[in-house]
Amino acid sequence: MSGSADLVTPALLLSLGLFAIGVVGVFLRRNVITVFMCVELMLNAVNLAFVAFSRWRGTLDGQVLVFFVLTVAAAEAAVGLAIIIAAQRNKDTLDLDAFNLLKW
Amino acid sequence: MTPVQQELLIATGKVLVFVGVFLGLFSGMTYVERRLLAFMQFRLGPNRVGPFGLLQPVADGIKLFFKEEVMPEGANKWAFMAAPALAIVTAFLAIAVVPYGPTVHLFNRDIPLQIADLDVGVLFLFAISSLGVYGIVMAGWAANNKYTLLGGLRSSAQMFSYELSLGMSWVGAIILAGSFRISDIVASQAGWFIPNWNFFRQAPGFLVYLVAATAEVNRTPFDLPEAETELVAGFHTEYSSMRFALLQMAEYVNMMTVAAVGTSLFFGGWLAPVPGLQHVFGRDIGLLWFLLKMGAGLFFFIWLRGTVPRFRYDQLMNFGWKVLLPLATLNILGTAAWIAFSK
Amino acid sequence: MTLDAILFYVFAAAALGSALVVVGQRHPTYSAFALIVTLCSLSAVFGLLGSPFIAVLQVVVYAGAIMVLFLFVLMLLRVTREERPAGGGWALKATAIGLGAVLAAQVGSVLATVARGPGAPGFNASTVSVARLLFSPAYLYVFEATSILILAALVGAVALAKRDL
Repeated sequence: MSGSADLVTPALLLSLGLFAIGVVGVFLRRNVITVFMCVELMLNAVNLAFVAFSRWRGTLDGQVLVFFVLTVAAAEAAVGLAIIIAAQRNKDTLDLDAFNLLKW
Repeated sequence: MTPVQQELLIATGKVLVFVGVFLGLFSGMTYVERRLLAFMQFRLGPNRVGPFGLLQPVADGIKLFFKEEVMPEGANKWAFMAAPALAIVTAFLAIAVVPYGPTVHLFNRDIPLQIADLDVGVLFLFAISSLGVYGIVMAGWAANNKYTLLGGLRSSAQMFSYELSLGMSWVGAIILAGSFRISDIVASQAGWFIPNWNFFRQAPGFLVYLVAATAEVNRTPFDLPEAETELVAGFHTEYSSMRFALLQMAEYVNMMTVAAVGTSLFFGGWLAPVPGLQHVFGRDIGLLWFLLKMGAGLFFFIWLRGTVPRFRYDQLMNFGWKVLLPLATLNILGTAAWIAFSK
Repeated sequence: MTLDAILFYVFAAAALGSALVVVGQRHPTYSAFALIVTLCSLSAVFGLLGSPFIAVLQVVVYAGAIMVLFLFVLMLLRVTREERPAGGGWALKATAIGLGAVLAAQVGSVLATVARGPGAPGFNASTVSVARLLFSPAYLYVFEATSILILAALVGAVALAKRDL
C-alpha cells in the first residue's frame, strides 16, 4: 500500500467536516457521554489531518504524532469516563447542565 | 482480461473458497463436537440422521431455517437485527490474513494460499479480535432483557481483560521473527519442530495464548457470558431461527480462527514437523499439515469442554489480570532480553 | 477514477454520515455505535492514504478499547434517551453555527493554499520506518513520558471510580 497523493485534499476536507460536526455536537448535545464522544470525533479529525499532511510531505512525523494522540486519547477516555461515573453517582443524572457547582 | 481484472478475479475466488470452506467446516464441527462430547460422557450423541448421524448438521440447518423468527417486544429492532451480522463479519475477517499453505501453481500463475499477506498481519488480527466483542454486546443490549444485558456486560468485561493477554502472548513470536507479517513468522519456525516451533521456544507465550484464546472465544471453562445455569443462555437468549444460527456460526468460526492463528504463530503453520516430511512424491503437502494441526487445536477445545468445569466470575477476572497478564509481560521481557544479549 | 479513489470516497461518505448520526442521535448508545462506524471508516481512509500501521492502531485503540469502555459505561449507567430537546436557546445555537462557519472558512482557506501541488513520491509508512522514527532520539523521551501518562491515568481512573479505596 503506497497510497495515492491526490487523495490528500479530499482527506483534509473530510477532516474539516468531521471536526465541524464534532464541534457542533459539543455545543448542542445534553448528555455528558455524547459530548465526550464528540470530543473523540474531533480528535479523530485531527488525526486524519496529521496522516494526510504526513502523506503530502512524505515524512513520518505526522504518523508518530497520531500515535501520541491515540495514547493520550486512551488515557483521557479512562479518566473521563471514571469522572462521569463518579459525577453520575453524585447527581443521579448525566445532563450537563446539572453539573453547575463550580458555576458562580 | 487485464492483469488488474485477473487479480481481482483471483482475490474474489480465494475469498469465496475460504469462506465456503470455513462454512463447511462449521457444519462439520457442530456434528463432531456433539459426537465427541457424547463419547466423552459415555453417550452416543446424534446418530439417527444418515449413516452415523452424519446428516445431522443438514437437518439442523433446515430446521433452523424454517423456524419462526421471534422479535422481543421491547427490543431495539435495528440493533437486534444487526448484531448477528456484525458478529459473523468480524469472525470471518480474521481468516483473511492466515497463510494456509505454500504457494500453489494454478492456471500458469503462482497463487499464495492466503487472502492478504499484510505487512501488519498480526496487528490486524489483534484489531479484528478486539472488534469481535461488539456483536455480543449489541446482541445483549438490543434484546432488552436483563439476562442478555448481563451476558453482554460480562462478555465485554471478559474479552476486554483477556484480549490484552492474547495480544501480548503474540509479542514474543513477533520479536523472534522480527516481523508483523504472519508468513514471516511461519517462515521463522522452519526446521525440526522441537527447537524451532514457537510453542517450544515461546512456551510461556503459548500457554498464555491457549488460555486467553479459550476465554476470547467464550468456550468452556470461560463460557460465562452464556452460563446457562445463571443467565439462561446469556447474550443470545432472545434469538431464534437464522439469527441464532448466525451467532452460533460466529462462535464456531471464531474458534476455528483461533485454532488457525495458533497453528500459524506457535506450531509452524503449514511447515512439516520434520523437514523431510514437507514433500511427499515431490509435492508440497503443507496444506495437509496445516489442516492436521488446526484439527488438533479444535479437538483440544472439545476435549477441554468435556473435561473442565466453568470458572466463577471473580476467579476469571483475578486469573486474567493477576496471573495471565504478568506472565505474558514477563515472557516479553525475557524474550527481549534474550534477543538483546544473544546478539 | 482509480480503485483507491472510489474506496476513499465510499469510506469518507460513511465516516461523514455516521458522524452526523453521532451528533443527531438522542440516544447515547446509538451515538456510540455510530461513532464506531466512523472510527472504522476512518481506519480504512488511513489505510488508503498509505498508513497501514496507523490504520490498524486506530481500530485497536479506538474501536477496540476506547469505544468498548464507552459502551460498558453506557450499559452500566443504564443511559436512556436525552429528555430535553437538544441545544440551549437560539442564542447558543446561533453561536455554535456561526463559530462552525468561521472555523470552516479558516481551515478552508488554509487548505486552499497548502494542499496544492503534488504529494511526495516514494512514500513508505511501513511499521519498521514508523517505529524507527518513534524510537529515535527525537521522540524517544516523549514516548517514555506517555507511558507515565498512561500509568497516571490508570491510577486516577481507579481512584475516581472506586467508591472507597
